[in-house]
Amino acid sequence: MVLVYAESPGGQLKKAAFEAVYYGKKTAEVLGTECVALTLGNADNAGQLGQYGASKVYNIGGLDNFDSQQFTKAIAEAANQLGATTIIVSHTSSGKSLCGRLAVRMDAGSVAGANGLPTNNGSFKVTKGVFSGKAIATYEINTPNKVISLMGNSLKPEVIGSDVAVESLGIDVGASTLKTSQSKESGGMVPLPEAELVVSAGRGLKGPENWGMVEDLAEVLGATTACSRPVADTGWRPHHEHVGQTGVAIRPNLYIAIAISGAIQHLAGVNQSKVIVVINKDPEAPFFKAADYGVVGDAFEVVPKLVEAFKASA
Amino acid sequence: MKLLVCISKTPDTTSKIAFTNGNSEFDTSGISYIMNPYDEWYALVRAIELKEANGGSVTVINVGPASNDQTIRKALAIGADDAIRVNAEPKSAMYVAKQIAEQAKAGGYDIVFTGKETIDYNGSEIGAMVAEYLDQPFISYGVSLEAAGGNATVKRDIEGGIETVELATPFVVSAAKGMAEQRIPNMRGIMMAKRKPLNVVEPVAAKDPSVTVSFDLPPAKTGVKLVDPENMGELVRLLKEEAKII
Ligand SMILES: Cc1cc2nc3c(=O)[nH]c(=O)nc-3n(C[C@H](O)[C@H](O)[C@H](O)COP(=O)(O)OP(=O)(O)OC[C@H]3O[C@@H](n4cnc5c(N)ncnc54)[C@H](O)[C@@H]3O)c2cc1C
Ligand SMILES: Nc1ncnc2c1ncn2[C@@H]1O[C@H](COP(=O)(O)O)[C@@H](O)[C@H]1O
Repeated sequence: MVLVYAESPGGQLKKAAFEAVYYGKKTAEVLGTECVALTLGNADNAGQLGQYGASKVYNIGGLDNFDSQQFTKAIAEAANQLGATTIIVSHTSSGKSLCGRLAVRMDAGSVAGANGLPTNNGSFKVTKGVFSGKAIATYEINTPNKVISLMGNSLKPEVIGSDVAVESLGIDVGASTLKTSQSKESGGMVPLPEAELVVSAGRGLKGPENWGMVEDLAEVLGATTACSRPVADTGWRPHHEHVGQTGVAIRPNLYIAIAISGAIQHLAGVNQSKVIVVINKDPEAPFFKAADYGVVGDAFEVVPKLVEAFKASA
Repeated sequence: MKLLVCISKTPDTTSKIAFTNGNSEFDTSGISYIMNPYDEWYALVRAIELKEANGGSVTVINVGPASNDQTIRKALAIGADDAIRVNAEPKSAMYVAKQIAEQAKAGGYDIVFTGKETIDYNGSEIGAMVAEYLDQPFISYGVSLEAAGGNATVKRDIEGGIETVELATPFVVSAAKGMAEQRIPNMRGIMMAKRKPLNVVEPVAAKDPSVTVSFDLPPAKTGVKLVDPENMGELVRLLKEEAKII
């Protein structure tokens, strides 16, 4: 049996949970078995996970604040009770600390950040991006128990079933030793790791006062804003917007790069974007080699025109 | 405060990535290596700062062959007090984590640091694994860490925000940008590093439950399609009708 931990930060199931359950269902088909989902703590509308392929949804109450130690115990104990040997979690800020822990606890082989469905022809194999997106590696897991964390935006979840009842599991993992609290910082925008559309700008914009047009573009598109490292380092933009090898790694459907040269460390964090648009006044800028669409021109003229063009087409 | 920092060696960030032996192995020819940036810039420097503020010691640990000693010496030059090298070729995250956990248990550290991930295999697994072996809390992607007198406050990146975690030592933390500022080793540090202890220990038995079997390069971009800067309507049309992305 495949058990998917569907995370519900703040009591809410999000895209990552639906992707993980859909992936779990497809993995169960590969293994010729069934897929069930597990939620921990509050999870509104958990029964909806049935729509993405969970044949049953279980919940363990009381686990409302993330603690990797407790959550690992809960998931491993649920797997044990239900007889699940393959565990799927999301490769999110929380999932990243669960994958390795679960692997140790369950004596399982693991792949963290898988980007495609497993195959099972004689041996169980899964792919993931390595070398910061510059290559794809195939991993073989050779243990009966398996743990996979799924990279966001790796597949598009489809509705293939209907709501199911949620059954509660009586598993007690004791009280957490951590005290946690949260604060938001991304304004109203979709957080970068989850964003499907991203508008990013670099040092070529010369100063923070010139970001108005970048924000306008993000707004007409409903996109999230990002920036290159020097822009965050000089304090023109907040640190959480820094993308690249040492910042956030993203894989949106659309990445628009404005006045960014395309240094290898920048590309490492964005090269898995599905479509890349580069706007740069230098036709020799390395970024054009990694782009799908390019505009050679002055950003201060091109970007306002692009904003108008999007408005006109809306 | 007794601190342990896990350091790894990775190809330089500008390395050209290629594979040999029927795409089953990373081609190391012409590759120069660096200390994994997250380990060096954030984990190691924050550990040294905590030692400077609270007293105690910073030990670095690496699982790898003798050719890693150069990287380990750099960590000593930056300010670690001593080092452990587990003499083994690392093949899987579980294997490495098991070795680190054995040493960590024996040493009884207050905090074990890792980087948020290595920039080659991008696993972000080893810290979590070590924490599970030690049965301790694990805080991933720490962007700030304050610790004194057995208590600590760690801020970590979560989607769209920051989570603040208060906890007691011992625990394991992985370090991300923000936790500290890079330090360049000075001449005195480099000289002193030569005399600091680097203890080589043999590995304990451990399994490799998941291993890489082959590599592929992502499909190359077919070439950029240039759009006239005077005609942004055309770019919008291409994104809608050709790329079908919006
Ligand atoms: C270990 C390491 C890790 C790193 N990690 C990261 C990382 O995570 N993320 C990251 O971004 N960088 C990272 N870097 C830095 C990286 O190497 C580059 O220095 C950085 O990405 C350059 O930022 P930029 O493109 O904004 O600026 P620049 O390289 O200065 O490029 C500015 C670009 O703007 C163009 N331009 C100027 N004016 C205009 C105009 N009016 N209209 C249109 N175009 C214009 C120029 O032609 C140029 O191409 C790292 C470096 C190292 C060594
Ligand atoms: N061979 C190694 N020896 C010691 N520490 C390591 C080794 N490999 C990885 N680490 C540590 O584990 C962290 C996460 O690595 P990974 O899980 O491989 O992404 C790194 O940032 C290092 O701190």
